[in-house]
Amino acid sequence: MRVLPWLYFVLAFAFIYLPVGTLVLFSFQDGILPVPPFNGPSLRWYSEVAADDDLISALANSLLIATASSAVAVVLGFCAAYGLARHVLPGSVFMRGLLIAPLTVSYLIIGLGLLIVLTRAGLGLSLLTVAIGHVVINLPLAFAIIYASMGAQQQNAERAARDLGAGEAQVVWLVTVPMVLPAIAAAFFLSVTFSWDEFIIAFLLTRFDVTLPVEIWSLLRSGLSPRLNAVGSLVFLVSVTAVILLELFVFRKRRP
Amino acid sequence: MTNGGQSLQGWGFVTPALLWTIAFFVVPFLVMGAMSLATLEGRTLIWGVSLSNYAEIAEKAYIWRAFLVSLEITLTVTVVSVLLAYPLAWIIAFRVPAEWQRLALLLAVLPFWTSYVVRSYAWLLVLAREGMINQAMLGIGLISEPITLANTRFATVTGFVHFFVMLLTLTIYANLIQLSPNYRRAAMDLGASAFQTFRYVILPLTLPGVVTGAFLTFVLCIGDYVTPQILGGNSELTVPQVIMVQLGRRADFPLASALAIALMAIVTLAYIFSARWLRLDRL
Repeated sequence: MRVLPWLYFVLAFAFIYLPVGTLVLFSFQDGILPVPPFNGPSLRWYSEVAADDDLISALANSLLIATASSAVAVVLGFCAAYGLARHVLPGSVFMRGLLIAPLTVSYLIIGLGLLIVLTRAGLGLSLLTVAIGHVVINLPLAFAIIYASMGAQQQNAERAARDLGAGEAQVVWLVTVPMVLPAIAAAFFLSVTFSWDEFIIAFLLTRFDVTLPVEIWSLLRSGLSPRLNAVGSLVFLVSVTAVILLELFVFRKRRP
Repeated sequence: MTNGGQSLQGWGFVTPALLWTIAFFVVPFLVMGAMSLATLEGRTLIWGVSLSNYAEIAEKAYIWRAFLVSLEITLTVTVVSVLLAYPLAWIIAFRVPAEWQRLALLLAVLPFWTSYVVRSYAWLLVLAREGMINQAMLGIGLISEPITLANTRFATVTGFVHFFVMLLTLTIYANLIQLSPNYRRAAMDLGASAFQTFRYVILPLTLPGVVTGAFLTFVLCIGDYVTPQILGGNSELTVPQVIMVQLGRRADFPLASALAIALMAIVTLAYIFSARWLRLDRL
């Protein structure tokens, strides 16, 4: 009975790490097929990825969209959270619901709606339209995270600042923002990882300039290749780095 | 400062986010709703109020069958994921020493952050004819020739379960750890066996969290295009795959919109069904 839970624990971890482990291992394959037997290690596929202009520009596009759309989502989300947490507004429950609503709709449907409107309006698809879509999916998240962090203790500090003659902009920038910075950082990193990974909206709303997941998708059509393993491993590395940064600098600090 | 001024300032802060949500979420959604009532004649779109797209969903076998396939896959995935994730969350919460729990949890959900296109591709590597599983089973003599694992419903379900086990472990762990250890101690002191403690104390207390996680699984699973497309191939189509077919080859936006609305109706039904236990704020 004592062994059984640990056996389950080990098996569960084996299941969880099987695909990622295979992906990373065979990215070092010295051969043209990423399947056993493993020959290597070799870095040839990584150097091939580094030399692939399409992949590199897709990677740059993804980084750009992830940071830009997350920045917009966090700024909009922060302002909305501040407005709703600090001011008594009629219909605030409804507004909160409206801001959260996109979380409950699948990305495919959000992308489809935007695609219809953009093509009807005669606007071309570009990286900008993808960024707009990514703000739509990340704004509810940023709003919810920052709104949840706005408690009464900051309100007292804000009131004190106002009594000492600070204007509204000074209060927000010098008091509120520093106090909820962990939540702002958490919202930003989470948005970046979601946007960085997002496929279906990016797939529907781009045409010529594509993001990395869309470029990987088109590479997939030619079947298994160690090159895809190398790209996938790099993408995984970026996401994991973001998550570890989040863990180290945001959540750790918040613990008492 | 007067109250009027305060609330005007409040509106100033809220309005940009509201406008964004209305312009790029509410309006597209309404247009999609109107589009689902329009019809396509040849290549020209005719706006109107017609239920012909919805009738088409009910009539065409390859479409309504997709709804059955989607529901079957989603329900299987939800049940299997909960059954696999609960023990793992339990072990992390009650067997792993407290100082290692955070690390164990972080490691258990780390692959969750792999891009989902890459994650499905990684499963393809594992399940391919020449892949890890087949090679391993051939190696130990379990099978004499490779079996087809990729491009099947099994592959789709496996890919989904892998993803949602991580998500559910996270949400169930969060619920288990919130329970006061006194509940378990009291039940044990009163003579309950380990199983009885679980069945009559822990499970009822964690049920809202489990249902919330299961609902999230249902919503994300039924709306996903990537996993069934990469892992299931075209062996059978799910609703998101049928939607994408309409968008691609035929550019039939009205039918795609009707399918999207029907999909949302199913999610709404699932919400109503599980609303009794849902604690969306507990996530």
